[in-house]
Amino acid sequence: MGENVFLNIASWIRGFLDSLGAPLLLNDLIMMIIKASAVIVFVSLNVIWLILMERKVCAYIQCRLGPNRVGPKGTLQTIADVIKLVTKEFLVPRTADKVVFLLAPLIVFVPPALALAVVPWGDGMAAVDMNIGVFYLLAVTSLSTLIFWMGAWGSNNKYALIGGMRVVAQMVSYELPLVLALLGVIMITGTLNMSEIVEAQRNVWFIFTQPLAFLIYFIAGISETNRTPFDLVEAESEIIAGPYTEYSGMGWAMFMLTEYVSVMIISIMCTVMFFGGWLAPFGWTFLPSWFWFFFKVYLFIFLFMWIRWTYPRIRVDQLMGFGWKVLVPLSLANIFVTGIGMYVYRAIGW
Amino acid sequence: MLSDWGAVLIFLVVGLGVGIGGVVANVLLCPRRKFAQKYETYECGVETIGPTWVQFKTGYFLYALLFVIFDVETIYLYPWAVKFQSLGLFAFIEMIIFIFILIIGLWYAWKEGALEWK
Repeated sequence: MGENVFLNIASWIRGFLDSLGAPLLLNDLIMMIIKASAVIVFVSLNVIWLILMERKVCAYIQCRLGPNRVGPKGTLQTIADVIKLVTKEFLVPRTADKVVFLLAPLIVFVPPALALAVVPWGDGMAAVDMNIGVFYLLAVTSLSTLIFWMGAWGSNNKYALIGGMRVVAQMVSYELPLVLALLGVIMITGTLNMSEIVEAQRNVWFIFTQPLAFLIYFIAGISETNRTPFDLVEAESEIIAGPYTEYSGMGWAMFMLTEYVSVMIISIMCTVMFFGGWLAPFGWTFLPSWFWFFFKVYLFIFLFMWIRWTYPRIRVDQLMGFGWKVLVPLSLANIFVTGIGMYVYRAIGW
Repeated sequence: MLSDWGAVLIFLVVGLGVGIGGVVANVLLCPRRKFAQKYETYECGVETIGPTWVQFKTGYFLYALLFVIFDVETIYLYPWAVKFQSLGLFAFIEMIIFIFILIIGLWYAWKEGALEWK
């Protein structure tokens, strides 16, 4: 039921374009612009909902009601906030490096937008079905570090500088376990295409064969998105807002947008690599594949929020020590165990 | 046919459009009231002392060095992992030796205190 809704819309638009008799390349181009806009607009608007969800989850965890004034039960709160942010004065500090300072919010959304290109939203619903999908996604998301650093350095503000240094140190350190953890899955599937990885989980989800890799990936993912308990980068109580201290209005909103989209991308990767992507659990295929995909992604986003409002922030030495002395050796060990395990598995001929 | 990288380029342009669109809308809509103190560097109300762009703690630099070594390693590991099942035991043992050499490096850095936050 509803399985092919989006595929039918796409093929209907495609058929309409082909009937106009324009060159094939132009039609491909228009189709891809429509797909890219659909994905990016959906994800950006979804952030409005995610922020409301975050505030509500936080409120209920702390026995409060959360936003409940604007709209029914506060559902329009974030829209009001966005309107307010758009009409705020866009300040550029006098001493800032103006080019770098202004460039950072303009391009900060590009790495997550690029990463969204290869995501399989449902059965056959990846915008670009790239053969090196996982590798590409890891490559483009790691570019974010540089852009946060641009904002921090360009601000010419001491809080921003400390925050920026922490961004680079933290994101760079936790990128290693993040990347190494996925190797176990790649070794089992022998492909980097995200749709094929999902397809390879028909019999058993990789959470059952790679539990350690999932744990490492999830912890490193929380750290990569700079969320509590690893949010030293924007630790409000000590360095105001870290790299975003000097940004106001939409400049700041762009960084927030990127943070929430990054959370979504990490959740998407957990779903695709370990929880069977758009495959239905228990064979419940009466609901469409894209429903299951979003259901799992939202469960992970909820887990992110749950962790954020449950644990306190850890110290910077604990953070770096945990990354380098625990997660990196463990993720390397996971590669060995997976390799040896696969040979044993083959030797038994199970 | 539009190639994969052409499609990626379109995603890049649309992603850039979101950033530029948001900031331009902000600049067009926002009020402007010139006020000298407003453009000062924010520091909880006091004036900032000394330059911000200074030489910073070397601890960060050590992590960056270690990161470069291990990040290059992952570039070698990914193609190997994709072909793991067809390359056989020999390649697996070779990769164990390769990682082992890097683990010695990590152990050395650990012993020398590069992983300690001081």
